[in-house]
Parts: sequence; structure tokens; C-alpha cells
Amino acid sequence: MTGLGVVSAIGNDRKTFWESLTQGRHGFREITLADTTDLQYRMGAEIQGLELPSFFDSCSRQLLDRFAMLFVLAAREAIADSGLEAAELRDAAIVTGSSLGGQSTKDELFRALYQEGRRRITPFAVPRTMANAGASHLSMEIGCEGPGFTLSTACASSAHAIGLAFWMISQGVVERAIAGGSEAPFSRGHLKAWDGLRAIAPDVSRPFSLGRKGMVLGEGGGALVLESLESARRRGAHVRSLLVGFGMSSDAGHITKPSARGAARAMTAALEDGGVDRDRVDYINAHGTGTALNDVAECQAIEQVFGALASKLMVSSTKSMHGHALGASGALEAVATVLAIENGVVPPTANFLAPDPECPVDCVPNVAREAETRAALSSSFAFGGLNAVLAFAASDVSS
Amino acid sequence: MSDALASKVIAAIAEMQKKPLEEVKLESTFGELGIDSLNGFHLLCELEEEFGIVIPDDDARDLRSVGDVVEKIRPLVEARSS
Repeated sequence: MTGLGVVSAIGNDRKTFWESLTQGRHGFREITLADTTDLQYRMGAEIQGLELPSFFDSCSRQLLDRFAMLFVLAAREAIADSGLEAAELRDAAIVTGSSLGGQSTKDELFRALYQEGRRRITPFAVPRTMANAGASHLSMEIGCEGPGFTLSTACASSAHAIGLAFWMISQGVVERAIAGGSEAPFSRGHLKAWDGLRAIAPDVSRPFSLGRKGMVLGEGGGALVLESLESARRRGAHVRSLLVGFGMSSDAGHITKPSARGAARAMTAALEDGGVDRDRVDYINAHGTGTALNDVAECQAIEQVFGALASKLMVSSTKSMHGHALGASGALEAVATVLAIENGVVPPTANFLAPDPECPVDCVPNVAREAETRAALSSSFAFGGLNAVLAFAASDVSS
Repeated sequence: MSDALASKVIAAIAEMQKKPLEEVKLESTFGELGIDSLNGFHLLCELEEEFGIVIPDDDARDLRSVGDVVEKIRPLVEARSS
């Protein structure tokens, strides 16, 4: 891992994102990007102080939905961080994840069609709404001609994307990859859909805490530049940490109710893929949505995988700060996990009120902790029961 | 040649392509103005909405210049207003 980029409600760049995480500063405010009239919730984690279109020329602007802009911006930062020139990424893979694609555009256009009676919709609709728009625009911007594709597995989308990019490098398909994802979920139609699920908290996200009332949606983009160790060493790049394993599973159970068994299976698969001993894992960046069911099932899964070692683990949910950015979550949390390893600081679970006996993990409540992380997991468990877990290690631990 | 319809089409193209009005002439081709097929179809979409007309797909594919657009939509606009 030689490059990180992020745009989120708690920071529009890597440095600010990390400062917010370590200060336990959340990004929840009243939603402004969509009409929240008659919704049961008003809060969301929106990006602040960033005029997104200003980062694109007028031609690109009309072709880019907000979600695609978020990925491209994050990728630009990650590439700059890696020190790689565009020419050195010509053969790289670009793999992205998004649950919704251009949801805001769809909402606008459907309103024009059904409500305002427009008869024809702009031909920009298809390129703006397609879920692979972020990957496509990045490839055009930097002239990257390698494999490119986009995965959509709801809340695990970008974790799957990063994992598959990692495997492509491990298999020698490519030497370098830009992986991550983005999401822009604030459109009225989409917010109403979540309203129907009754899974959103009215105030803030409080994962693992007594009194938690659900998740809070967030928007953002995250990108990682991955390259083989040989490539990184050859060019003398700074290796931020190692991505060492990837595990996947399917719950094969309920479409929305999480399964401890499925989550445990994905965590175990990631550990085995990376050859990571359980007693070397110090930190888990949890899926930790803050819903009653997820957090209990996730704690049960951690217990199943780590047994007696579970009590020694630090398990925090950074969704308590950047919100649940759906398909972008895996990327935002992978960035957070890498920075935790690199800086020797574990970000907290913010907004924590009191321990829940059904969530018996050390969730690093409210205050970041200085602690060495030798190896870490970043977990993403999607609606639909599709799970993806990434295993990271400090760059001086193993190869 | 200058008429109200031509002026509206020229203004729409100038706005879309971020060009000064005087650079958009009836004889200007889409290629000269940097209008690719996607932008061209977007322009037609906007003109359809503005004038309440429907430009058939077969006609839309044949348009190469600003003048082509004006002449193709003129009968549709006149039929609509008559």
C-alpha cells in the first residue's frame, strides 16, 4: 500500500480525515443535499466545504454524478501520495465499488420525467448513472489502460474491490492497482427507501453502545494505490502498510439480518489467506453500523474467530464519525485501518454512551488510543449477506 | 441568414459549448464546435423540451452542422405553433 486518498464528511483529504478520526470528531449534521420532509430522520454525514464541480472541467462536469467525482478526487490524492506518475500506472488495474452508482442523477431525472412531465431525458443520464463511472473517468484522466471494473455488493462493495485488486496483484495479473470506491447517497428517493427500513438513527451513530438507534448515512470516496512489494521496493516507495489477506463469504441466510456465522467465515478466510496468526491481530476496524442486530452479530463473530483472544482486541467502528457510506465504507475504513497501523494510534468508536452486555468488545470508546497494531482486519458485511474482510499488517512485520 | 429560431439554436449551442455567440455560425459543423455525438444528442434533447417537439432518431443521426439542426427542426416547430 503506497498511496491513500479520501474525501469524507470528516475531512476532504487524508490528513484532515485522520485528525478527525483521532479526535473522535463526527460529521453528522442535518442533511442539506436532499429534501428530508416527512422522513423519520434528518441527520447525515455530508461533505463540507468542497465545491465538487470546481475540480473538473466543464466537459467532465456534465458527465459526472457526485459519486463519481468523489472517487476521482480520492484517487487523485492516492496517486499523488504514491509518487507514481500517470505513465507508471498505464498498465495498472482500476477496481471500484459502489452500491448505488449515480443515485442523485437518477433521482433528478426521474423527478423530471414523472413529476414535471419531461418527455426526453438527457443522453448524459446513462454515463452519469452507471456504477463504473468513477473507474472509467479515472482511467481516461490518467490514461490507464489496464483492467478496470466495478463491483456492487451493497455495503461491502469497495472492500470487495480492494480485495480483488489485491488478488490480481498477488496473482501477477497486474503489478499496480488503484482500488476503492465512492457513494453519494443523499437523494430524496434513496433517503425514503432507508426510511422504510427503519434502520437510521435520528441523531448520531453509536456503534456497540447501549442506546444505539441505528446507522447514519454518509457520503465519501476512498482510494488506495496497491502495488507488489517488488514494485514498491524497486522504486524506493514508502510502504504505508501491507495488505496481506482477503476473505469473502455469503450468509446464505436472510436478505437484511446479519449472520455471525457468515461474518466469522469471512474473517477466518482473510486471516488464512494472509497467513496471519490470530494472536498477532491487535485491531479490527469493524463493520459496526450501530444497528441493534449488526453489532451483536459482529461481536459474536469476533468471539467465534478469536475465542479467548477476543478480549484483547481493540474493535472500533469509524462509521461513528464518517457515517455509513454504503459502498464507499470499505475504502474509507481501509484508509483508516492503514493509518492506524502506520501511526500507532487506534481511532475510537465515537458517541459511545455505555457498554452493551451483548457487545462485549473493547470498542475504544470515544478516545483514540496510542497502541501498536501489528496486524488488523477491516470488515464489511453487506445487506444481502455478502461479506468481505481485508487483513493488513505493519510493513515491517512480514512480506 | 438570421431568424428567431436560428438565434435560439445558436444561443443553446454557445451556452452548451461555452463559446462566444459569434463563434457559432449556421455553417459551423459539430466537429468544428467540439460537439461529439453525446453532446449533440443532449442539445437535441434540450431543443425538444424547449419547443415541445420530438426529433425522430433517424433525423437526429444525420445532423452535422448548426444549419442542419435549424432546418431539421423548423418544420416541427412550425407544425407545433400552427
